[in-house]
Formats: sequence, structure tokens, C-alpha cells
Amino acid sequence: MATLVQAERVKVTVKELKGKVDPDWCLGCGDFGVLAALKQAIVEAGLEPHKILTISGIGCSSNLPGYLNTYGMHTLHGRALAVATGAQLANHDLKIVVTGGDGDGYGIGGNHFVHAMRRNVDLTYIVMNNQIYGLTTGQLSPTSIKGMNTKSTPFGSVENPINPIPLAIAAGASYVARGFTGQQRQLVELIKGGLQHRGFALIDTFSPCVTYNHDNTHEFFKQKTRKLEDMGHDPTDLHGALEKGWMWGDVIPIGLFWRRENLPALDQLEPILGEGGPLAHRPLGVAADTAQALIKELM
Amino acid sequence: MRRIDLAIGIGGAAGQGIATPGDILARIFVRRGLHVNAYNAYQSIIRGGHIFLTLRTSDQPVLSQGDKFDVLVPLNQDTMNRHLRLMRAGSAVLFNSDAIKPGGVPDGVQLCPFSVKALAPTIKGDLVQNTIALAAILRLVKVEFKILEEILAIQFRRRGAAAVADNVGVARAGYEYAATHFTEFPFALPDLGKRLAFFEGNQALAMGGAAAGVRFYCAYPMSPASGVLHWMSRHARQLGIMVRQVEDEIAVINMAIGAAHTGCRAMCATSGGGFALMSEALGAAAMMEIPVVCINVQRAGPATGVPTKTEQGDLWQMLGAGQGDYPRIIVAPTNIVDCFKLVPKVFNLVDKFQCPGIILSDLLLSEGRSSIDPTELDFNVPIDRGELIGLNGNGGPSNGSFKRYLLTESGISPRALPGTPGYLHVVATDEHNEDGVLISDEFTDPHKRQAIHEKRMRKMDGVLPLLPPPELHGAADAQVTLLGWGSTEGVIREAIEQLADAGIVANNLQIRWLVPLHADAILSILSKCQQVVVVENNYSGQFARYLRSETGFAAAGHIRKYDGEPFMPHHIVDGINAILAGSTKLYVPVHEIQV
Repeated sequence: MATLVQAERVKVTVKELKGKVDPDWCLGCGDFGVLAALKQAIVEAGLEPHKILTISGIGCSSNLPGYLNTYGMHTLHGRALAVATGAQLANHDLKIVVTGGDGDGYGIGGNHFVHAMRRNVDLTYIVMNNQIYGLTTGQLSPTSIKGMNTKSTPFGSVENPINPIPLAIAAGASYVARGFTGQQRQLVELIKGGLQHRGFALIDTFSPCVTYNHDNTHEFFKQKTRKLEDMGHDPTDLHGALEKGWMWGDVIPIGLFWRRENLPALDQLEPILGEGGPLAHRPLGVAADTAQALIKELM
Repeated sequence: MRRIDLAIGIGGAAGQGIATPGDILARIFVRRGLHVNAYNAYQSIIRGGHIFLTLRTSDQPVLSQGDKFDVLVPLNQDTMNRHLRLMRAGSAVLFNSDAIKPGGVPDGVQLCPFSVKALAPTIKGDLVQNTIALAAILRLVKVEFKILEEILAIQFRRRGAAAVADNVGVARAGYEYAATHFTEFPFALPDLGKRLAFFEGNQALAMGGAAAGVRFYCAYPMSPASGVLHWMSRHARQLGIMVRQVEDEIAVINMAIGAAHTGCRAMCATSGGGFALMSEALGAAAMMEIPVVCINVQRAGPATGVPTKTEQGDLWQMLGAGQGDYPRIIVAPTNIVDCFKLVPKVFNLVDKFQCPGIILSDLLLSEGRSSIDPTELDFNVPIDRGELIGLNGNGGPSNGSFKRYLLTESGISPRALPGTPGYLHVVATDEHNEDGVLISDEFTDPHKRQAIHEKRMRKMDGVLPLLPPPELHGAADAQVTLLGWGSTEGVIREAIEQLADAGIVANNLQIRWLVPLHADAILSILSKCQQVVVVENNYSGQFARYLRSETGFAAAGHIRKYDGEPFMPHHIVDGINAILAGSTKLYVPVHEIQV
């Protein structure tokens, strides 16, 4: 009977995915769109909330786990991917979703970003990229465009921004996409694709900051973004993916840049995870004969 | 009384193969039931420099590297120049006379030159002199050749039968040459008929983790903590432990926290510099109330410092690691066996109290090696996971209103593992209320903040009664009490033996559990002591200052060493003599051996 009940399990609804409190984001913040798309993607992917662990760092967008009814961890600034890697390896039955902002992921967390992709950790990483530091009230971010005036660059930034798409492809991420909160249906599909992908999935998402970024606004992206599927892009074409990823100007592509299905995720490469279920639930203790063997090494 | 007390010094440049004869001798000694202590003084260099291994054996437990050498094996001229002058009457110096010349020989020291060219004319390589010296030493203490033959067969097995035959042949030549040319020692190395084991502190820490049920271990390589990583990596598949080398120590501790949150027992190890990078995340573990264990193997700081030298200089870093007040448990093992035994205890505590635990080792303990009675290595340890919901996927009934940070009298709130139906919650490094909702942003509430902060902190009240209070070792009415913490226990106790020989009655109070500290018990003991001298391996008297801050007790005298090398017993004896004579309150010994 138990298995029957499980099989007939009712799909979770968007309403049931609402967290304990409402978001405290500014009215019009792009992050509302990411939260809505994530909920819809979870519903459409048929995931159970208690099997999802949503992990974030610090920043406006990193408050997201509190607004979502799954297991959640609101970790330190920049550290979400490191925590997520540990959690995924320790319990590979969990679906790991990581959320955060551009400063959190590409700035202070840049080292973990590169290495989590190199390892192809099985998780879905949604970066709410607003090209500004919002929660600290408007300083330059790693993705702020050159020349941008912010509180920390009052005379315009002289630095080049980071471009997460080619960086992710080069580092080894096996699913690399860019969404825009103004294209909800596409964003849901991109996130759902990430949730269903086995390996590291990056969904860099333009999520405009209505308070501190007056350059890269909703209107800005509405005019410049163009869907990759309308550009005839093949996400298994590496050169095409890098070429489209470099584009920034009158046309900014959004969609799935790159997908590699034949690359095993880190947990699939670890022999100790081959059988026995998640590490987190394995019994503790060392068998007597193993203990004897360990001691014998010392004699 | 010690019937046997034999100390062997083997020195040379990095790359001259000092470890192998050291290992072979140690193996032979413990197979005879003899106790061993080994300490390797080395530098941060792969080739060259000066490495000096002290291997001391006795029929009684060996507490420290000791003060003297009975045998010196200089593998190069530099070692001969540095150490010959410190040799005492009755000792022997074995060396390859083809390449090394003695200088001024102290009275009564037996020079034992041998010619590698003459004894092993056909065998190439620099390591031949090691094997000859090794065999000659064993001849001097009357160990039968077949014992060495057996060990060489094991040691060189992987290099093939020819290598074994070569080494045995060379060893036999050395053994026979010693029999006819050198004067043997006035004793024979006994066989006590019981086998002991031999391990280093880092192995002990790693094995303690295995016994505790560690399922996740990650690290960034850093001397002198890498030995834990090496042991864990070698045994990962055998024991089902996820072992990862990751990009930096910030990732290390955060990964361990992520793994621990899902229910794994997670551990990591580093040295002071790596620990500094972990500081913020230790606070995060405490804030999210996730149990994790971090080992800090101290080396001489600050900054990169002296990577291959020992110090007890990180105490205040441990006490103050990270911003804000948070519950933490800190323990400093006092010997190598303690390294093994404490790890499961710390895991039980951090699981129960859902906070970070720090094990404070140092290079002396972690890279020092000691014999141990194998029956003491009990892997069948008590395991207490604390109030944990959802282990093995079984969460039990839930009314759907689980409060992860439920305010309780003990401060301990039941912890539910991700994956458990009915217990959904968010853990946060931001301040939060009972159900995990943030109070740091929009609805900051001073009353809620106070309540949840007090809940976290009062968990510490429950820890102290579970920790054994320290006890005085030695005569209660001693004229001087040597107060130490962590790794100095052995050398302090050996110094006490030497003081007793000189008619000075001393005892020892050694502190193992540092946070929480049994301040009342310690003050009660110290207030009855005649004179208290704090012995520690740092410049500023970190423990003496901590003790004063927790108890108001100010010690009468201090012996401190911060040159990178561990104390030798006579350093402490000299210090006690100087302090008792009233000539100083702070004694800083000079390390005579230049390594």
C-alpha cells in the first residue's frame, strides 16, 4: 500500500511552495520573477519540497530560501557553493538548488564558483544578476558594466566586468544558461532544465535592481535580449556557445548556451557512493575486522 | 626505573633518506615491546637543509625526546659538525669515513667510522650508508641479525627481490664489521615479549575520526596538518569516508558544514593560517547550530611563520575565532594516544550541543610519533548523535509546525535533517527566530534577538559538567606545580622525574579541555599549591593570560619557549631551578641543538 500511496503522490502546487514569510524585496525587483519561475519549475519538474535543499549566500537575492517552502540554508556571503558541494556529496538523494547574486557568486565566492563547476557538482545554481550591490546600497559589482557610476565608482568604473557565461563554459559547467525575469516562460524552462540536468547547471539571470541600477533596467533588457532559440543556436556547439556568450551590445542573447550530457557529475565519479545510499544515513562505526586491519598497519 | 633508555639521532640533508632507517629501528623496537618516542626536526625544503630525527626507546613509556643522545648517525659533514660536540661519554658516532670527517671529539665518545666503498663496493646510491649504520647500531645493542633481515624484507618488498637481497647483503656487511671493529654497549636490547604499535599524532587524529564515524573529511594541504589528509585519503574507500582536497580552507569548513547539515559527521584539519580563513564559518556553524569538528595543528606563527616548527601560539586565535559570541568547544590533546581518544568524545559533544568543536594539536604531537599498546586503540566507542530527527530517513510524526530553534531550558533544540518529510525549515547565518525566520532585516526585534542569543549561549552551561575536571599529577604537597596545557604533558612529567632526582618535589596540572574551562576546579587546586609555574610553547604566555582572565589566578613563574623546537626536559628543569632560586620569574631556555 505504501508504494501505491507514494506513486499517487499529489504534485506540489506553487501555493504550497510559499515560504513562512513574504519577500522583503523592493517593489518591482526582478527577484520576484526568479522566485516565481523557480516555484513553477519545481512544480513542473515534479520535485518534492522536502527533498530539495535550497542554499544561498548573502545579499538581497540570497534571502530567497526564506520565501520558499523547501529545506533551506542561508549561509555566509559567497560560500553557498562550498556548502552545497558538501551537502550534495553527503546526501546525493537531495536536489540541491543554490541561489544568490552576482556579487555573492562571481565576486566574493568566485573561487568556489570556478571549482564547483570544474568538479561538475550536481546542483542548480541560479544567479540573480543585477550588476550592482543592492543590499549594501549600490556599489560596483563584478558584472557592472565598464563606465558605470556607482557609490564606489562615482567617476565611472574603469574595470571590465566578468562574463559568467564563457567563464562557466571554460570552467567545466555542463549546463550554462542565461535568463531574464522579463521572459518568465523561458526562465521557467531554463530552471526546469537545470533541475533535470545531472551536473552543474548555471542559470545566470538578469534580475534588474529597481533601486540602485538605473542603467541595466527591465526596459534595457527587454529591448536588447534575444532568445538563443530564435538565433538558431545549438547548445551542443561549443564554439557557438562561446561566441554567443561573448555577445554584449545591441543584442544580448538569453537561453541555453551550452549543455553537455555525457559528463559525469562528481558524486557519480566517487566509488564510495556507488552503493549504500546517501553517506548521511549510513551507520557509524568501524567493523571489528577493519579496526584490526587499521591497527595492524601500525605494528 | 628505566633499565633501558637509548636515544638515537640521525641527521642529514632532506632527501638523504632519514625516515627509512628511523622507521626500521622504530619497528624493531616496538616489535620487542619497547616504548618509542620519535621527533623529526626539519625545514620547509624538499632537498637540502638539515633534518634531524630523534628516536628514543625504553622499557618504560617514553615521555619526550629526552636530553641526550647515545648514538649519532651523521649522514653528512654538516650533521657531524652540528652535533658531535654535544655527544656525551659512553655514546657512539657512526659515520661513513669516505665522506665525513670528525672534528674535535668529546671525551669518552666512541667514533665508529666505516667505509661504504669497502663494505659495499658494488652497490650504488647514497642510501647505503644508512643501511650500514642501521645494522651497526643493532649490533652495538646486541639485536640478532635475523630481526633486521625480516624487517628489510618487509620494507623493500615493493622494490623487488633484488633490492631486498642488496639491502640484506649490505646490512650483513655492516653488522659484521661492527662486531669486530666497534665496542658494543654495556646492555642488550631486551625483548619484552609483547608487541606494541607505533603511530604519529596525525594518524591518531584521523583514526579517532574514523572511530567517531566521520563520513566526510575535507582539507587544503598545510603543514603540519596534512598527515590527517593523507591517512584519510589512503583509507577513504576502505572506510567509506568521502575525502576531498578543495580549493581553500574557506571552502573546507563550509563544505564540512554542508555535509554535517545533512547528517554526516564531518571533520577537517588545518594549521593556524588555514584556521584563520575558517574563522567566519565556525561562527556560521554555531549560528546555524550545525555540529562540525575542526583540528588546528599549530605551527610557529604569525603569518607563514615557520611552517615546519612547533608552537602553542594559536590559543587566543581559537578563543576569539570569528565575530561575535558563540558556543564552541575547544580541547587540546595532551599526548598522541589522547589524539585518538578525544575525537569521538568531541563528536559526541558537538552533536549533542550542535556547535563547532576545535581540537588544538601542534606539530610536536601531530608529527611526533609514539608507541602505543594496541589494545588501547578501541574503535568501539560510544556514539551519541544528540537530538536528531530524520536519521535513516525516519522523522516520525510531525504536526507541521517544526521550530528548528525552539527555545528550551538547555538551549538545545531538536535538529531535523533535510530530506525528512514534515520538518521543512531554513537555517540561517542571519539572526533568526525560533522557526528560522530572519529577524535581522525587516523585523529586527531586540527581545527575540536576546532570547535566541541566550538560547545558543546557554548550551555551554550543559557542556562543562560533562567534561572531567583536571587532576594534579604527582605529590599533592609538592613545592612547585608545573602547569601546562596540551602537548607539553610528556616533557613536563619527565622534567618532574629529573627534579625529583635532584631533591625537588614537583607536580603537574595539565589542562586538556580549554573551552569550557573548569575554572573553579582549577582555581581550587592552584590555590592549594605552593608555587605555580606555567610552562608553554609561546612568547606571550597565552595560557597564563587565559587562566588569569577566567580565574583571576596569576602564576608565580613562567617558562616559555618560542624558537620553534619543543622543550627538552632539562629546559624545564633549568627554568624551575632559576625560578625557585628567585633569579627570574620568566625563564626562556636556549635550544642547544642547531637544527
